[in-house]
Amino acid sequence: MINAIITPVVVMGLLGLVFGGILAFASQKLAVPQDERVPKVRAKLPGANCGGCGFPGCDALAAAIVSGEAPVNGCPVGGAKVAEAVAEVMGADAGATEPMAARVLCNGDCEKAPRRADYYGIADCREAVIANGGPKTCRFGCIGLGTCVKNCAFDALTMGENGLPVVKVDACTSCGKCVDVCPRSVIELIPKNSIVHVNCRSKEKGKIVRTACSAGCIGCKACEKVCPAGAITVTDNLARIDYEKCINCGACVRKCPTGALVKEDRVVPRKKLIKKPKPDADDSENITE
Amino acid sequence: MKIFTILVAGIFVNNYLLSRFLGICSFLGVSKKLDTSIGMSAAVVFVMTLASAITYVVQYAILNPLGLQYLQTIAFIVVIASLVQLVEMFIKKTSPSLYMALGVYLPLITTNCAVLGVTILNIQSGYTFIESVVSGAAGALGYSLAIILFAAIRERQELNDTPDVLEGFPTALISASLMAIAFLGFSGMI
Repeated sequence: MINAIITPVVVMGLLGLVFGGILAFASQKLAVPQDERVPKVRAKLPGANCGGCGFPGCDALAAAIVSGEAPVNGCPVGGAKVAEAVAEVMGADAGATEPMAARVLCNGDCEKAPRRADYYGIADCREAVIANGGPKTCRFGCIGLGTCVKNCAFDALTMGENGLPVVKVDACTSCGKCVDVCPRSVIELIPKNSIVHVNCRSKEKGKIVRTACSAGCIGCKACEKVCPAGAITVTDNLARIDYEKCINCGACVRKCPTGALVKEDRVVPRKKLIKKPKPDADDSENITE
Repeated sequence: MKIFTILVAGIFVNNYLLSRFLGICSFLGVSKKLDTSIGMSAAVVFVMTLASAITYVVQYAILNPLGLQYLQTIAFIVVIASLVQLVEMFIKKTSPSLYMALGVYLPLITTNCAVLGVTILNIQSGYTFIESVVSGAAGALGYSLAIILFAAIRERQELNDTPDVLEGFPTALISASLMAIAFLGFSGMI
């Protein structure tokens, strides 16, 4: 009786063992030599398969990193930690990758940016833009239908009460999906430790900006003059911040006549900030970009 | 003479794809391009022939003496699965492009019912060792014949102006059924 149970177990076990042994032997004989580092790199990647790197998944990115098609810091989600771990496997230098986060560079909420039409179409910014440029007067600002919120895989974006998407900086993994789907390119990936932003993308002249938004950049250059780090330049009627140089002092925010410049209400490590940009301010000019 | 009969029966009369309707998954999945279907056929020929030989040994040397015939299915699947793994490693080593082209369908030979079907039918028909191997090879060749012909047809169909509703799989299924009807003509041969 007991044999009826034991024999099949033993037989199947032995069968499995024999074939397993053959396979183990074959896997050593037929191993593809190049693949050594791919599983190691793959193990260091987050494994979310979000596709933020531009490859079909973490496996594909690992293969690309090993073959040299992608940089060791190719994973935007993992940030510096993963880049360092991958660089260790690859024996390369990670390079300084600051953790990035998406920011919505627009002040045009329901109050500040007047509407010129009502939009009753599909609730998707990309659709609204096709319908004669969307409901708002400003041709550069946020449409406010929340396509970025819907596409965020990490719940880092929510729609604020005033009709502008709000980024939870800590939750953002900088995968860049919102940047891709935004038809107005209002969202940008910016270092997490930078908290002063020009929340306007309008390249119109000051007069036109004023009619379209009460908090738009009019290109007056007041910020450019007041910035102690020389981080702000105004081109095409729009101020831009060089985040390599910016020290988060907020002098420009106080000077801005329209309130286009905004300082995030968030605490970032102060020491690091003051220390970091100072030596970088001179050196980084030649190195980066 | 019996071997010749088995060969003809496996390739034409009892074609696994078109008259027994086993292994349809890969038949539809890998038949978009002639190259990949030829690669798939080669893999199936290898797996089916070897599986027939090994399962014969497993059946008559291990299962029958111990009275474990009821383990047939699971034992055969173990054999087939490890064979497929072996083939996969081999293809990965020798032809990465073929490996990429076959994609998920290569591991799917593991659960390809045609392979399991051949091995079990061999035992049920009471074939000898040689006959089993020939039957496996014949079944695989029949599979190859059907899938390669089908891939060639589908490649041509791609260029045709088909109605939107019938584009893709509907046309593929219709042509597969027409092929099956055509293969029905062989049924009187034996």
